[in-house]
Order: sequence, then structure tokens, then C-alpha cells
Amino acid sequence: MNRQLNYLQALREALIFEMRRDPNIVVLGEDVRISLRGVTRGCYEEFGPERVWDTPISESAFVGLATGGALAGLRPVVEFQIGTLLYIALEQMVNQAQKLRYMTGGQAKVPVTYLVPGSGARPGLAGQHCDHLYPLLLHGGMKVVIPSTPYDAKGLFTAALREDDPVILFAPAALLGAKGPVPDEETYVPLGKAEIKRTGRDVTIVAVGPCVAEALKVAERLEKDDIAIEVLDPRTLLPFDQSALEASVRKTGRLIIFDDSSRTCGFAAEVGARAAETLFAHLKAPVVRITRADVPVPFSIALDKHVLPGTDSLEQAIRQLMGKTASPKLAAS
Amino acid sequence: MRPLLSDHIVCREIYRKMRLIRRFEERVVELVNRNEIAGTTHEYSGQEAVAVGVCTVLEPEDVITSTHRGHGHLIAKGGDVRRMMAELLGRSTGYNRGKGGSMHIADLSLGIFGANGIVGAGVPIAAGAAWSSKIKKVGRVAVAFFGDGGANQGVVHETMNIAGIWQLPLVFVCENNQYAVSTRVTYATAGSSIAARASGYGFPGCIVDGMDVGAVMEAAQDAVSRARSGNGPTLLECQTYRFHGHFTAERALGIRYRTESEVEMWKRRDPVNSWGACLEELGYLNGAERDKLDDEVDKLLDEAVEYARSSPWPEQAEALEHMYVTRYPGLPAATSL
Ligand SMILES: Cc1ncc(C[n+]2csc(CCOP(=O)(O)OP(=O)(O)O)c2C)c(N)n1
Ligand SMILES: [Mg+2]
Repeated sequence: MNRQLNYLQALREALIFEMRRDPNIVVLGEDVRISLRGVTRGCYEEFGPERVWDTPISESAFVGLATGGALAGLRPVVEFQIGTLLYIALEQMVNQAQKLRYMTGGQAKVPVTYLVPGSGARPGLAGQHCDHLYPLLLHGGMKVVIPSTPYDAKGLFTAALREDDPVILFAPAALLGAKGPVPDEETYVPLGKAEIKRTGRDVTIVAVGPCVAEALKVAERLEKDDIAIEVLDPRTLLPFDQSALEASVRKTGRLIIFDDSSRTCGFAAEVGARAAETLFAHLKAPVVRITRADVPVPFSIALDKHVLPGTDSLEQAIRQLMGKTASPKLAAS
Repeated sequence: MRPLLSDHIVCREIYRKMRLIRRFEERVVELVNRNEIAGTTHEYSGQEAVAVGVCTVLEPEDVITSTHRGHGHLIAKGGDVRRMMAELLGRSTGYNRGKGGSMHIADLSLGIFGANGIVGAGVPIAAGAAWSSKIKKVGRVAVAFFGDGGANQGVVHETMNIAGIWQLPLVFVCENNQYAVSTRVTYATAGSSIAARASGYGFPGCIVDGMDVGAVMEAAQDAVSRARSGNGPTLLECQTYRFHGHFTAERALGIRYRTESEVEMWKRRDPVNSWGACLEELGYLNGAERDKLDDEVDKLLDEAVEYARSSPWPEQAEALEHMYVTRYPGLPAATSL
């Protein structure tokens, strides 16, 4: 498997493959015919106007449309042009689409995939474009997928498209151009299976989405200091692979969650709580969260590194956990 | 006489359905007051002509979405009052196995894509059913019911615009019962009417006498035919009135926003009684036959209440079921480990 694709191309390949396979898959969103965001490039040309629908800027309505379409037998893929537009559509996503099956006692099946290409922080986009909103969807009980490599992007998008429940896939802005090996043929990565992206005996780092590659860089740097980092990529936040977390922390006894979503009630808080409940006896040190600060992302590049979770904070946290360097600044992270 | 209404059997069935809705709601109020139904419900009494008029012209595979005031729509579209009653009592034999209650009853097999607890929220879902029909070319029509209050939700306007540009086979049925809780439609609606908004979205809108089931049927028939033949959406603003408070709990609140004389004025136009009287006048139904129909309705409701009361409660384990089609270990999370 030496073919290299970038993350965006991998997503596109999954979508086109599934659209060929299943005529019920239809795409809707803003500027999806010319594919402003790149995932749907070529879809309109290949599948035509009945499969690819440009919508007006009406997020609540087109999410609702997808729900009704899904109840009537379609398998809609809803693309959001910006990740923060989820705020607008939350009522239709959570209070309607996600809850319908439960509220109807199992009658409803809502196979919709929400796609958020370019999610999270992007330099220069500031306060209203950069939130990484997966914790909100997790509160709503929605299945959440956030691939960290082109391979996983293809495999998890395929799995999401075949799931019969609503699934949201975040494709972080920081990763869209990342290259990696991607098989030509059908690629399927099941939901709910974490992957250990690097094994190590000393510290478990649960890293999410764009944080995975960053954590791997730090792990490499620390190798020369004889600190062996294990990087656990949950890949899907709900379902969450609890047994992978337990196995890793049982081995290392130390846990850092490295996540670019809000600190308060963010994903890191959830993983920390799980560790406290199930792994207390195995922990040699308190759980550490390296997250976003609870402020909007500021515009200036002089400021954003104080808000976003970075490799420096991660490295300091690891060193302190290992008792190698006492850093006075650590409390800030 | 309108051609649609020349069929005696259809006319009697319309009467029976309207009467069933009225009596169903009366039972529901009793059961809420006795605490057999938890919480509160929104009674449909007074608006029967709208649901029945519209649903009578629909095919079984056509889709509706309903509202918080949904019992009438469900019965009109063919809902089984026994399973509805069981749902209201929270029993496992209810439509939603006791997980939905009044505001969430659905029967997807009858094209009922759900009542809805959020004002206006069902409207885009109906549009989605219409959209799928357009894609699949199956000739299915969808109807979105909403209130005069719902007409002011952003998502309803967004959906009207989309339905307009895509020419969806969709009928918007606004039940203007003059109030959203205590807020008068005249206070909350800019412009000359709700129906007039349709022209802004490029499709016809008209005001319909929502107390006259014949008038509703006629308007709905036109709108549904237009939708089915590919000529796009229509907005019907049905002028009607609710005979009860906003919800069952209202009386206890002691709030007042309508005058007795206003309520009396509308009650004189009671859609169920006036239809019954009309059929008697036309000789479609004599007094004895009408009494018999009324008795049958009451018996059916006795049975429904009995069925609900004697139905089992859902098993506790069901509290965590039906969340996902595909389940995974640890999903959904329980209250503790
Ligand atoms: C979006 C939203 N806002 C507020 C409410 C609370 N609420 C429930 S029913 C209702 C009034 C709705 O009025 P209308 O649409 O005219 O329907 P009606 O009750 O008259 O049938 C309100 C404000 C709600 N359920 N959803
Ligand atoms: Mg109203």
C-alpha cells in the first residue's frame, strides 16, 4: 500500500465509492456542486442534480430536510460549510434527528451523515469560525467520528456512511492537506475501535484528531530522554473504546488527554472522568488535560498559541508527570 | 354541493373521524385530570375540520408531520386510538412504547412522521419527505401542519423558500387558531396574513375557513393535486379556533386572554356539530344513524382506554433501548457504571 493521498482526497474517494454503491446516498449543503470544500468534487458531474443538492444558506431547514428524507428511505450526507454552523442546526440535529429513534420507541431510522470539512481552528479565522463542537454532539448522544489520518478518513467515512444512525464526521482543518497511505480498494474502519498509533510504557496520551500527529512528534522528541509515550487515537468519540483506554492506562499508569475542544465539559473531561471511575487504582499520578482554553479563538497569531493546546504544554506535562523537569509554567496548560 | 362531497360514505366517515377526535380529547382531559396521563396535553378540540379535511384527500403513503397539538392529525391520518391512548398512559403497547407521549407520537407505517414538541420543527422534516418523493419520483405528497405561532419560526421560512425553489410536492397547512398560547395572531404577524407570505416564496397561499370541513377538503384537494402533478407547494392558512385552553393545565393557572363572548362566537361554529347537522339536512345521515355513529365512537374510546389501562408498563431495561440501530459496547451510557 504505497499510494499516497491527502486526507481530503481520501474522504472524497470514500464518498464517491459509496455513492456508486448505494443510489440512496444524496449530498446536500452549501456550494457542494462546485465543491467549495473539496470533499464533493466530481460528485455533481458523476451523479447529477438529483444526487447533489446545493442548498440556500438555511442550515436548520436542510438538516431537517435530511431527516425527513432519511425517514423516507434516503441516506443523506449533509455538508456544513463551517463547523460553527452546527450551533444554528443543533435543534434539528439533536432534538430531532438524533432523538427520533428513541422517542418513537425504535420505529424511526435516520441514516444521515453530517460532514464538517475544515473543522476546528484555522489561522486567521478568529472567534466565530474555530470552535470544535464535538462535545455538544456527544451530549446529544450522537455518534462522533474524527479521523486523524488519510487512511482513517477513508475508512471511517465509509463506516459512517453505512451506519443506520446519525453520525457526524469532523474533518479538522489542520489535517485536510496531510498525506498518507490510502488503499485503492474499499477501506472500512469500524466505529468504536481506537488505534494505538504508537506504543510506549510510560505515559498514555489520548489524542484527538489533529492532536494525534502533534502527540506523535512529542513522543519522538522524548524518546532520546528515555520517555516512552503511548499515543491512543480513539478515532470515534462515541462510541468510545473504553477497553483500549483501560488496557493502555493499566500498562502506563499515567494519562494525559490532548484535545482541541473546550476545557469545561469537553471531551478531555469525559475521558478523565472515565479514568477516575475505572482506573483509579492503576494511576500513578493525577490525570492531566491539555485542551483549548475556555475563550473564543483570538485572531492574532501572537495570541492563539496561548489558547490552543500545543506541543510545548504537552511536553512539559509529560516531563512533569515523569518527574524529569519541574516546570513552573505547567499549571497554565 | 361540491363534487368531492357527493359520496355519502366519505361524508359519514368525515363526521365519524371528527367526532372521534373530539371525544378522544374529552377522554384525554379526564385522564389528565385524574393523573392517569402524566404531564399535560394540548387538545385539538375545535380544529377537527382542518386535520380531517386535509387527511381525507391524502393517499395512505402520503406523509404528514404534526405538532404539539397533534392528536387530531394522527387520528385523521389513520392512527389507532388504542395505541395512541396506550402511549399517553405510558404503556408498552403505545405507539412509541411509552417513550414519546402526547408530543411525539408517530406511526411511520402510516406516513405519520411524528408529532413534535418544538414549534415549527416538523416542517422541514415534511419537506424532506417531499424532497425524497421528488428524487425517487414516487408521487408521494407531504403535508406540514403548523400553527400561527409556528409561522414565525425561522426554519418554517427557510423551508418555504427551499420548497419554492425546488418546487417540492409539499402542502403547508397553517392552523391559525388565533393564538400562540396567549399571544394573538394579529399581534405577532406582520403583513396582511400568514397566507400572504406564500407569494414571497413564489407559490400560492390562501385563507380557508377552517371550521368548514368541506371548504378545507376542497382547498386541500387543489393543493395536493398541484403538488402531486409537480407544480410545487401551496400554503393553506386555515382559520380556526381551539375550544380548550392552550393545554390541559391552563385552567389551573388562572390566566385569561380570551373573552367568553369570543369563545362562544367560535363555538357556535363548532365544526363537528355543524357537519353533522349539514349531513342530516342533506339526508346523508338521519338522527338515529348519527346517534349510532356517536355510540360507536364512544365504544371505541371505551375500548381504547381499557386497552391502555390494562396494558403492561414497559420493562425497565427498555429505558436504555431504541437509542441506536447499531449498538456498541457501553452505548448508551447508563446513570452509573
Ligand atoms: C420553538 C418553541 N418555542 C416555544 C415553545 C413553547 N410553546 C409550545 S406551544 C407554543 C405555542 C404555539 O402556538 P401555535 O404554533 O399557534 O400552535 P397552537 O398551540 O396554537 O396550536 C409555545 C410557545 C416550543 N415548544 N417551541
Ligand atoms: Mg395557534
